[in-house]
Amino acid sequence: MALEWYLVLSGLLFAVGAAGLLIRRNPLVILLCLELMLNAGNLALLAFARSHGNEEGHVFALIVMVVAACEVVVGLGLIVAMYRRRLPLNVDEMRGLKG
Amino acid sequence: MEALAFFVGAIGALGGAIAVIALRNPFYSVLALVVHLVSLAALFLLLNAEFLAAAQIVVYAGAVMVLYVFVSAYVGGSEEPIWEPIPGQRFLAPLLAGALFVEISIAVLGTALTTLEGDGPDVRLGFGSPASIGELLLERYLIAFEAASLLLLVAAVGAVVLAARKRREAPHGA
Repeated sequence: MALEWYLVLSGLLFAVGAAGLLIRRNPLVILLCLELMLNAGNLALLAFARSHGNEEGHVFALIVMVVAACEVVVGLGLIVAMYRRRLPLNVDEMRGLKG
Repeated sequence: MEALAFFVGAIGALGGAIAVIALRNPFYSVLALVVHLVSLAALFLLLNAEFLAAAQIVVYAGAVMVLYVFVSAYVGGSEEPIWEPIPGQRFLAPLLAGALFVEISIAVLGTALTTLEGDGPDVRLGFGSPASIGELLLERYLIAFEAASLLLLVAAVGAVVLAARKRREAPHGA
């Protein structure tokens, strides 16, 4: 398989994640769409690592996974806090900071 | 054979991704993301990234997804309203995403990187194995590794602070 195919697939997955980010309003699903985009980036990193034949891209992808895990933990903590305060789980209704 | 494996993995990853954004119930979206992540791990294996594929299954499909399932079960599956704040958002957003995909494709395929056209160079035995990744992490990228562990600690403490019940608000709380 030519490595270009992996990069095109990664671009497609990134675009799907971006579309989800624009369409959905539930903060939980928005976090899932962020995961989609980060994983698309990981796929591209691994394809480039394979094309250069060195493993430093794997280290980058591992760090991306760590950052994604941190983002999930903080994001889910925020969602649980929103639920406890009986705020609506809809990002369009959370507009207190809008000027 | 490799092309068949690639297309099976690609269809799984893409189908999972589309299901994540198309299903209305967040709980089903989480389950679709598990399909996506497992298919992506298969693609990682095709790229000789054995350690990353294992980490993807264990860390993502195992640990992170369990967290998602718990939270989505805790807050309950609320269906989204059809109401749109911006008129035409449902038609405009896929259009913009399509434009983004075209742009990325032009950027990737328009580069003069000749290494991308073939299967890539032949790699030595043990490329992407835990031993060689661990050697890189503990020798060349030690600072990044330690910073990642510190980041995980801060995130864990932050999550506890965010999600914990305030004592004054709920004196009978756990």
